[in-house]
Amino acid sequence: MNSIHDLGGMDGFGPVVREKNEPLFHQTWERRVFGMLLATMGQGLYNIDELRHSIERMSPAHYLGSPYYEHWLAGLERVLVEKGRAAAAEIEAKVREFASAAPPAVPERSDPALAQRLAQAIHTGAPTSRGKGRARFASGARVRVLRMNPHGHTRCPRYVRGATGTIEHVHERFVFPDAHAHGRGESPKVLYTVGFEATDLWGPDAEGRGKVYVDLWESYLEPAARAPKRAARSRSETRRRKAVTRRPRRKR
Amino acid sequence: MSGEHDGGHHPEPLSPVEARAHAIESLLIEKGLVSSDAIDQVAAAYEKDIGPLNGAKAVARAWTDPGFKKRLLENATAALGELGIGGLQGEHMVVVENTPKIHNAVVCTLCSCYPWPVLGLPPGWYKSPPYRSRMVKEPRSVLAEFGVVLDPSVEVRVWDSSSEIRYLVLPQRPKGTEGMSEEELASLVTRDSMIGVGTIETPR
Repeated sequence: MNSIHDLGGMDGFGPVVREKNEPLFHQTWERRVFGMLLATMGQGLYNIDELRHSIERMSPAHYLGSPYYEHWLAGLERVLVEKGRAAAAEIEAKVREFASAAPPAVPERSDPALAQRLAQAIHTGAPTSRGKGRARFASGARVRVLRMNPHGHTRCPRYVRGATGTIEHVHERFVFPDAHAHGRGESPKVLYTVGFEATDLWGPDAEGRGKVYVDLWESYLEPAARAPKRAARSRSETRRRKAVTRRPRRKR
Repeated sequence: MSGEHDGGHHPEPLSPVEARAHAIESLLIEKGLVSSDAIDQVAAAYEKDIGPLNGAKAVARAWTDPGFKKRLLENATAALGELGIGGLQGEHMVVVENTPKIHNAVVCTLCSCYPWPVLGLPPGWYKSPPYRSRMVKEPRSVLAEFGVVLDPSVEVRVWDSSSEIRYLVLPQRPKGTEGMSEEELASLVTRDSMIGVGTIETPR
């Protein structure tokens, strides 16, 4: 979806502000949110693509006006509701309790086995590669990123859509976020690192010699050797394009 | 430590975001979906064990061991595994090498993807709209703000972490460090140099 999270190439945010001796967490609640998120995702209550899509649906004003871990909290809340782990009304009732002048204490529960499993999961990780696949494009091939504006989740940033680049590296098949975020399974597809000349992305406003590399799944790409004119496209290619770009509208 | 909530509860009003965070934690605890110690221990892992010292160790090894450097650039996930480095948000690692003619830097324009096993959790600026929006369009200006002023002849390569592949920059080894040990070299390597927004100066 074309939401505020897709920031690449936007202007107007000002200089990059750095904080001296920045702590890992500024406040205790941030630390708890970090832990809650890893502990719930680590147990498979939802997947990372569902979480990302949940965060993307924050209102743009809320997204830009809130500290980073509030994004995680908002994403966690929404995904817990969507996965049936908590009801929205139940959350609001609980928030009202804690918003009172004398909020209750957060209950404590100990589960050393869970803590141990999660510590192990941090070291093991959760690979999302799914083995080699037949790659449509070879290293060095010229490709164009499809013009696409899905209403659902995608990891194809707006600033590369329609741009032409070169396949830098052909990876294995990876879990496809556009499907995985919407309960349509892993649907693994070949992943590519595509290199774009800065001038092919930003035209005369590019800053000078440079390239931007973006990891893109096969279905985001089409061969660039073909003319981009729609009239010149064969019927079978038109059908394929439709199949690739059409995505069901996400229900709210 | 697990004393963030207990140890004598003195109710004080919470900020709106604190109230929401406490509410969600309470629900998750009541439903038995998480435990207090699990929340505490995953956060503690990144406070205590997992940080940029891991990346610095790998960089120093690459500077002193050409065989390791070759493996690191060819298959970073496996090479880092040799040092016992790997895991969450570093399952698929790629290392890119800075040279006198090529300067690499890493960003995540869509969220905040960052190679946790080698660098720990990202600094605030890495997750901020100014860095995420500008780094792909005006990397030289951003780098200059960080004090990295590049000659126009140097090619800037920006890696946007749009998939589950995580990028680490292998910075250039500073001149005048020929006699230094791997440990001494590791102590020179900064987090920012491994994101690509810093260079490493010759020690004085």
